Amino acid sequence: MKAFTYERARDPVAAARAVAARQGARFIAGGTNLLDLMKLEIETPTHLVDVQDLGFDRIEPTAEGGLRIGALVTNTDLAADHRVRRDYGVLSRAILAGASGQLRNKATTAGNLLQRTRCPYFYDTNMACNKRKPGSGCAAIGGYSRQLGVIGVSDTCIATFPGDMAVALRLLDAVVETIDAEGLTRAIPIADFHRLWGNRPEQDTVLRPGELLTSVTLPRPLGGRHHYEKVRDRASYAFALVSVAAVIQPDGTGRVAFGGVAPKPWRVEAAEALLPQGAAAVTARAFQGATPTKDNAFKLPLATRALAAVLAQKD
Amino acid sequence: MSDLPRLEISRRGVLAGTAMLSASPAIPARAAPVQDEPAPLMPVRFKVNGKDRQLSLDPRTTLLDALREHLHLTGTKKGCDHGQCGACTVIVEGRRINSCLSLAVMHEGDAVTTIEGLGTPQKLHPMQAAFVKHDGYQCGYCTPGQICSAVAVLGEIERGVPSHVQADLTASPRATNLELRERMSGNICRCGAYSNIADAMKDVIGSEVAG
Repeated sequence: MKAFTYERARDPVAAARAVAARQGARFIAGGTNLLDLMKLEIETPTHLVDVQDLGFDRIEPTAEGGLRIGALVTNTDLAADHRVRRDYGVLSRAILAGASGQLRNKATTAGNLLQRTRCPYFYDTNMACNKRKPGSGCAAIGGYSRQLGVIGVSDTCIATFPGDMAVALRLLDAVVETIDAEGLTRAIPIADFHRLWGNRPEQDTVLRPGELLTSVTLPRPLGGRHHYEKVRDRASYAFALVSVAAVIQPDGTGRVAFGGVAPKPWRVEAAEALLPQGAAAVTARAFQGATPTKDNAFKLPLATRALAAVLAQKD
Repeated sequence: MSDLPRLEISRRGVLAGTAMLSASPAIPARAAPVQDEPAPLMPVRFKVNGKDRQLSLDPRTTLLDALREHLHLTGTKKGCDHGQCGACTVIVEGRRINSCLSLAVMHEGDAVTTIEGLGTPQKLHPMQAAFVKHDGYQCGYCTPGQICSAVAVLGEIERGVPSHVQADLTASPRATNLELRERMSGNICRCGAYSNIADAMKDVIGSEVAG
């Protein structure tokens, strides 16, 4: 691990300033992904600003009838909150389908959104990777790509966003709230938060340098049946090959988003409208224009079957 | 420390500061450290197994390395050092975490429990006794992490923390074999003692219910 200096921030604007003021400075909260990457020297921050004391650790009702989730609420606490379990079951389910008990105890809401891809070529510093080292090429293209993206990818990067929680947040139309070094706040719809790679795969999100995530808000509950179906190589503690987040209403309409297939949670509203016609109609529309590789073409029929399994459930 | 690296730091700091100031005058400029020089040691105080401990550490030191290399509590094991195996599991403020994926300096004021704090050879923790009784290990390397995790899992079930395998999300979780296996999936045992570990946990739950 490269050397760094460390400070514990006492207020959000000071934290944002500390990170904005110097190149190579980063926020740290749970640290479960950042420290992993620092040990491999994929991330090499020169200064860490610890935000754990900033007080963003509560879940509160909003005036609009939704919930505001503090950026520092742990994955365990968010999944266990009785309001989330009752009204936003898809969110609890998605969180509980990810990582391990130990990691969920430390990982935060903000950190989960900001986790980086688990593409094996991003993790192997001997390999070319445009995301890790811009301009160096992409060894995943033409390489082993079973886990990698089938849609929304580019000719510079075919990595996926690996998280589960964000897929549920996308389904729920959550909004990410931030503050910057000037004290200005911003509300970013989750749909716009993660970027498609394009020709800048090194940039995962639309956050600006020093912009600090403070909370994630959920709109009013949707009702309906909540599902998170995750297909993976082992039954627990593995990343999704394909995941399906869905809220299905009694009349057969609803919402659906997919994980494990793209640089961001993949939701196509026009495809959702086809839910009453069944899984195949939805995925045909949602994955229109997909560019799978030979290794990961199986993800397309798998997504259809995973959604069909969700739609077949009755309670 | 010699004067040379200090001069290097301040020269880079001035350059970085100048660039930053021209870009955004409202943000105070600060010196950037030199990456390949270790940062100054930092003090940290926490309570380990009920005892106050004070250390002076390179900020890079993980909680795991602080416990093993600085406090010589070698019961906690380093397996993968990347949060994938669970051998380093300890209980911090009542919650199990991977001590390899946490910086020691981030635990100022925290209460840490390691395997050494759960029981002693003379007075085993009920979970330790159950692991012995049910042969919940072979080589033993993952065992301290398994036991810390198992103790915390029972607490999580008691607190009503739900799991992936729970059919009804709003119900209180039950300590079924399937639940225990799911909740223990962050602890890998390459000897494959999983079924005996689940039996040991079940035994402790049973005796707690009975007693």
